Amino acid sequence: MAGVTARRARKQRAFRWIVVIVLGLFFLVPLFAMLMFTIREPDGHYTFETWRQFFDWPQLASTYPDLWTGMRSSGELVLLTVALMLVLLVPTVVWVRLRLPWLRRVIEFICLLPLTIPAIVLVVGLAPVYAWVTYFLGGSPMTLTFAYTVLVLPYAYRAIDAGLSGIDVKTLSEAARSLGSSWGTVMWRVVLPNIRSAVLSASFLTVALVLGEFTIASLLNRTNLQVAVELLGKSSATMSVAVSLAALVLAFILLFALSFAGRRRGQNRRSIRETS
Amino acid sequence: MTTVAHQPDAAPVDQHRDPVPASAKWRAGWRRGRQLTGVVPFFAFIVVFLVIPTLVVAVGAFGSNDGRPTLDNLSALGDGYIVDAFVRSILLSAVTAVIGAILGALLAYALVTAKPDGILRRLVTSACGVLAQFGGVMLAFAFIATIGLSGFVTLFLKDQLGIDLYSGGVWLFDLPGLMLVYTYFQIPLMVIVFLPALDGIRPQWREATESLGGSTWQYWRRVAMPLLAPAFLGSTLLLFANAFSAYATAAALVSQGSPIVPLQIRSALTSEVVLGQQNLGKAMALGMVVVVAVVMWLYAYLQKRTSRWLG
Repeated sequence: MAGVTARRARKQRAFRWIVVIVLGLFFLVPLFAMLMFTIREPDGHYTFETWRQFFDWPQLASTYPDLWTGMRSSGELVLLTVALMLVLLVPTVVWVRLRLPWLRRVIEFICLLPLTIPAIVLVVGLAPVYAWVTYFLGGSPMTLTFAYTVLVLPYAYRAIDAGLSGIDVKTLSEAARSLGSSWGTVMWRVVLPNIRSAVLSASFLTVALVLGEFTIASLLNRTNLQVAVELLGKSSATMSVAVSLAALVLAFILLFALSFAGRRRGQNRRSIRETS
Repeated sequence: MTTVAHQPDAAPVDQHRDPVPASAKWRAGWRRGRQLTGVVPFFAFIVVFLVIPTLVVAVGAFGSNDGRPTLDNLSALGDGYIVDAFVRSILLSAVTAVIGAILGALLAYALVTAKPDGILRRLVTSACGVLAQFGGVMLAFAFIATIGLSGFVTLFLKDQLGIDLYSGGVWLFDLPGLMLVYTYFQIPLMVIVFLPALDGIRPQWREATESLGGSTWQYWRRVAMPLLAPAFLGSTLLLFANAFSAYATAAALVSQGSPIVPLQIRSALTSEVVLGQQNLGKAMALGMVVVVAVVMWLYAYLQKRTSRWLG
């Protein structure tokens, strides 16, 4: 039996490395090509001029003002959307669990609805709504936060719902209420700390979605990071490829770091897996 | 929130004394109404930013430019170029879903055989997360840098091996190019959605097969494959919906012509005044929703089947 197991482990290891190497090449070649694209001159020489420019932020901001505004508005959109998502979703989901259980299916259905509505479809319907938003709030890119909150609902809902399923909200909140705490205190000091990892995971999904969003911003004529990069591609191909590569690598490093952080918080693996 | 506070066990509310005992029912209703105020902000937001846009699309698809009900937009969906776009969109999604599902499942299996907390698995799943969800415009640029006309691989093949990638015309900015780029984000997505199902496979099942005298082939054929089939099909459907809804990559890659539906919607949106067919875009959008809704419904059904064993 031991021999069989060892043989199988060897075979599996061979299979694993073949698959990882072959597919790894498929995935690494374009990234490597991006790097080469940014450092190779037409005459075959190598130069790091693009990267020097990229890391010189004040100069970057003055040379490519659109890129800079795009980066800034994407950064601000991330904060706004995470805040709006949490404020809208967490109290509602908790309240429905405690007081209106018959509404739970409805909320779930609504939250998962955006999965069946592609962003390109949503933007068709949002165009008239945003005519009003522009009328009331102006045409700032920050108004995109409403649309992004809708887009992120399915993922955020699933994360938060999974987190709430892991704790006994009812008992916890009744205990807190019977000791005289207000609903605000229950939410802030009892429920939130208990679903911290779910909130973190929902926030992280939101960050990824907002930073990667292009469709809605582009078609509603608002500038965010992706729109700026796409625009840059038309004028300065090298810099746009450099920004893309940097963004991909940065996102990878973030995710990789988070794969350690998530485990260390002592969450059970299932809830993390279900939500990511 | 605090305005709708209730003591959890406090029976009918005191401060609202009602002289008629028979009004207990009314009071329960009033209490329920008060509880409902807790979800008002959420529903208000949903109505404005989800329900109204959906209605705009659904109603607009059946309305003429001056607002009268008409079926013209829907019948315009039968026009040659729109039908072609739908066919190409479905073909693109189906091909990349199947290729992505098979290769992604292989990669996912390779990861499952590795240590669960090992560095390999962390590296690959993180990379998959980035490529599957973050890509969009950036993946289009990656492929322009790779196999664009002055791309790294294009030049390498031409200079070193004498192979011209584009001897049969430039295909990167057309359907074949889209298929290649889409596969690049479909495989990672498959890894992410299929990995949990593979993790659900218990080693005991294999041991049980072996103790009953079954071979490796029999284990895969009779035990593992039937168990994984719903998950695999479901994930493939999810990949299909993902590719079908994708817009950013195609928009950044294709600047001339509109081979697929999302790009047709783009041109309907950006040039609706010229065309005088404001609502054609809405009809196409409705068509997309119908396709995605059917696919997602099937996916939900298969997901239920999967969770029976591998939940």
